[in-house]
Amino acid sequence: MEFLRDVISIVSQPWHWAVSGAVIAGIMFLLLWFGERFGVSRSFETLCSIAGAGRKVSYFNFDWRRYNWLLTFIGGSVAGGFIAVYLLPADEPVRIAQATVEALQKIGVKTPETKAEGLGFLPGELFNFASLATLKGLILMVGGGFLIGFGSRWAGGCTSGHGISGLANLQLPSLVAVIGFFIGGLLMTHLLLPLILKL
Amino acid sequence: MKLLKFFAVGILFGLVMTKSEAISWFRIQEMFHFDSFHMFGIIGSAVVFGAIGIYLLKKKGVRSMMGKPLQLDPKKMEIKRLLLGGTVFGLGWAMTGACPGPLYVLLGQGAGVILVVIASAIFGAYMYGVFKARLPH
Repeated sequence: MEFLRDVISIVSQPWHWAVSGAVIAGIMFLLLWFGERFGVSRSFETLCSIAGAGRKVSYFNFDWRRYNWLLTFIGGSVAGGFIAVYLLPADEPVRIAQATVEALQKIGVKTPETKAEGLGFLPGELFNFASLATLKGLILMVGGGFLIGFGSRWAGGCTSGHGISGLANLQLPSLVAVIGFFIGGLLMTHLLLPLILKL
Repeated sequence: MKLLKFFAVGILFGLVMTKSEAISWFRIQEMFHFDSFHMFGIIGSAVVFGAIGIYLLKKKGVRSMMGKPLQLDPKKMEIKRLLLGGTVFGLGWAMTGACPGPLYVLLGQGAGVILVVIASAIFGAYMYGVFKARLPH
């Protein structure tokens, strides 16, 4: 029992980046062995297809049952998120570099220091239902979500499909996509986000 | 039963995304500020471990559990779609602090408002389908 308690307490705390990377690679191998390919953003077009978008737009006219596995995987990741936070809670909120804390403070975002202030996963004052009624909240949540869906399908993959699967398979096109991810990310972080948060 | 294994791997994905803190909006900000090696370490080590593994799998000619070739088809070099689509995706990534996988994981953590972000992403994918023929690829 002592041993089990030790394991639970180790697993509950933040994992080292190398352990995390190894587990992510392991997930990719398992999906390959199961006969599929690691890539989450395809779920968006699958859900469009389920909603009947294929009747209007031929892009969505495919048999979505082919991606039953992906929807099941996503169900699992929702459950995994629940387990990680409620059954295996960490002692402290996410600790990020002091330089980032200060940079965020300048644009009006507070980084939680205690668990009472938040887990450090989402900035609570920006991501909540009431914030949807503000211009910046609407832009961040609805606009941001829209760009993720539109961009990932345009690029033909997201962080998992291009960033992990593609790069691990030494695909040059995936490297180009990842360069694009960073162009967009840097542009948003350093130029646009400070403006949006002023709204 | 055939789908159960995907559910199990999904749980592991939710765990690693949470415990690696890759789902943290703050961690993504830190990454785009180049203030910590953490996120680069996660993605970099996953790619290195993945590349070594895929090299070995290819060399040994390993097949899937159904006896079929592994799904490792090359991606097409379509510069415009990769760069433009990638940039659009990157903008959204830095806004929400989450890419598609983490969005679902955050939902499981009880962040109900993420449903709005996911719905917007699905609508974004729909609009891509609508305008696909008119976009550079």
